[in-house]
Amino acid sequence: MAAETLQSTSPRTETGKLMSGAEMLLECLVREGVDCFFGYPGGVTIPFYDALYDHHIRHVLVRHEENAAFAAEGYARATGKVGVCCATSGPGATNLVTGLVDAMMDSIPIVAISGQVHSKLIGSDAFQEADTFGITRPATKHNFMVKTLQELPQIVHEAFYIAASGRPGPVLVDIPKDVFQARGHYAPVDTIHLPGYKVFTEGHTGQIRRAAQLIWEAERPFVYAGGGIIAANAAPELKEFVELVDAPAVCTLMALGGLPANHPNFVSMPGMHGSYAANMGMTDCDLLIALGTRFDDRVTGQLSTFARHARVIHVDIDPAEVGKNRTPDIPIVGDVKRVLQKLTRVLQELAPESAKKKSEARRKWRAQLKTWKEERPYDRERAEDEIRPQHLMDEIDRLSNGQAIVASDVGQHQMWAAQLIGFNEPRLWINSGGLGAMGFGVPAAMGAQMARPDKLVFAICGDGGFQMAIPELATIASQGLPVKIIIMNNGYLGMVRQWQTLFYNNRLSAVTLDCFPDAEKLASAYGFEGRTIEKPQELTKALQQAIDYPGPYLLNVKVSPEENVYPMVPAGGSISEMVFGPPQPVTA
Amino acid sequence: MLLTISILLENKPGALLRVTGVLSARGYNIETLTVAKTIDPELSRMTIGVEVEDRLRSQVVKQMNKLVNVLQATDLTDAPAVIREMILLRVRCDQNTRTAVLKEAEIFHARVVDSSTEGFALEATGDPEKLDEFVAIMRSYGEIEVTRSGGVAMSLEGKKIRLQPPVALNEVGQTASPAQRTL
Repeated sequence: MAAETLQSTSPRTETGKLMSGAEMLLECLVREGVDCFFGYPGGVTIPFYDALYDHHIRHVLVRHEENAAFAAEGYARATGKVGVCCATSGPGATNLVTGLVDAMMDSIPIVAISGQVHSKLIGSDAFQEADTFGITRPATKHNFMVKTLQELPQIVHEAFYIAASGRPGPVLVDIPKDVFQARGHYAPVDTIHLPGYKVFTEGHTGQIRRAAQLIWEAERPFVYAGGGIIAANAAPELKEFVELVDAPAVCTLMALGGLPANHPNFVSMPGMHGSYAANMGMTDCDLLIALGTRFDDRVTGQLSTFARHARVIHVDIDPAEVGKNRTPDIPIVGDVKRVLQKLTRVLQELAPESAKKKSEARRKWRAQLKTWKEERPYDRERAEDEIRPQHLMDEIDRLSNGQAIVASDVGQHQMWAAQLIGFNEPRLWINSGGLGAMGFGVPAAMGAQMARPDKLVFAICGDGGFQMAIPELATIASQGLPVKIIIMNNGYLGMVRQWQTLFYNNRLSAVTLDCFPDAEKLASAYGFEGRTIEKPQELTKALQQAIDYPGPYLLNVKVSPEENVYPMVPAGGSISEMVFGPPQPVTA
Repeated sequence: MLLTISILLENKPGALLRVTGVLSARGYNIETLTVAKTIDPELSRMTIGVEVEDRLRSQVVKQMNKLVNVLQATDLTDAPAVIREMILLRVRCDQNTRTAVLKEAEIFHARVVDSSTEGFALEATGDPEKLDEFVAIMRSYGEIEVTRSGGVAMSLEGKKIRLQPPVALNEVGQTASPAQRTL
């Protein structure tokens, strides 16, 4: 291993060396700083895996290609670096699609390499042939089909550049078998030229100045920070900005950790399952400062009543997001990190004459937020006889202390985790936000743990999503990844069950998940430890045991099955009209 | 409303599908589409006529502009622009109406591209509405068959195209974080 690691610091391959396409691809990955990637081989990628045989890049053999894409996302989300996954042609490539769309929805930089049948066979319905280039076109930020060996290095570097720059996203490179096999002289690429690829970073100076004036004039300013804060590594700038203007701030599901959870100005997550204070703040503010966010329907609820008294400043790197759902008073297209740096500078410049103007009103506004927060905090109550999901998340919150990586699956547990677990740094909270892809949690945790071996990594899953990811227990065991898998097991597809209960007269259709495997036996079948608990008294000890165990751990926590996530904004409703509990039975 | 969008894009496989994908993904039906390479053979110019809800008009054009292969997409619907279309039309006519058909063709500046005892094949260009009238008139003479090109549009204003300059890969490759990279 030590000798292998040394190779990575060896000088770059000289220009003109004779190499195969597979070797060139590996060379390009090294030049892009890739230290590990996730994949699953197949017929047409054998030449690539043959070149990998004596290469130092670490390859993680997953058990399903979808999970290679999710793991690459986990890696990317935990580090900000480009995650890489690889699959063979046909079924391998089609299995990547969910992960690609997921990365697209959440703006996560990943590069997917897919094998393709021999270029002479393309279009002949050859064995394991699929039109990957066509299938993944709407699933990616951009995709490429490599036709000749000569264009391979250029395309690979372009793929990394497109994935990571501007609004990040997934890029797929489809490579026919004969391109992997062809041999030619490798010429390192030194520039890339994409004339039509437009990235707007700086922000309009005049608009930034107008925004600053508006901010100092506001009586009830409110910061609405989105995933762009994480993508742009703008957490320090956000903190400085929020402190300077002393406005309350919410971080969306994609931005948790963008402002530390223990920061006095942090309110919570807003939206469908956001807190009362967050949604009331959004509704009543007179200036909404939207930073790297896209006014998603799960955040805004009914658009016509969303922040209806507020003027809006909208900063986003993607011009198509500005004005898409809400027309801003001040649109600023740019990298939120750069824009916040400039905005903060202008605000400081204007502060001596402007900062005090509305200070009395703002003091009242902060007090109002405090009242809302105290009036209806999130439910963290515990029960004597059963483990409430909220109790579980509250304990994980306490034990992780805002420092652990939490990769969540999709559903009720995701909402409780987002509500109750605090994150004091960016890139700790990893979840499938836009697409809501079940089965994401375990492979994403795997990718995150590969990227951050120093970190405590939880995979928090429901019993539904976990069962979509069971094959990856083998990968976790094989790689020795000490991921702590916590199953919030309510025996239901909980979120669907909640909607059926609340909006479909409790007609529970196809949501009961019976025959859940014995967690202890399941874990031991893969060679690690696991257990099932159901008593609240056992919870703290069991979680601690999982954390202390030197390896992967599977903790199956049976929770109260009928619990619903509140507050809840019914789909399409105004976010100020939250529901806080089940409809009360009418008593005589 | 019916939009006319003019797009300058790279002449590459799949580029056309990316543009039309923006429309089909939203359930829009393309009414007309023309595409051919420009004086620079690496680029193509495309004109699309498509019915789009007013609310999504700018969104559609912005999404097209985001495509890596698209250098510029412009909504020409209300802009100073000329839109022309070409039509090929076959009309059956007998000895009695041949002269009248040719007279009408002349009014529309149509050219005869084929003549037989059965009738004529005519070629005309013009405003799409003008061509609609041409079709209506020819139909009154007998059975017709029509192939239309769809509109080709050209803006009458010079619009600066913002192109991304080449980017240098640094020594260790593209390892910089996205934020560093965009600075």
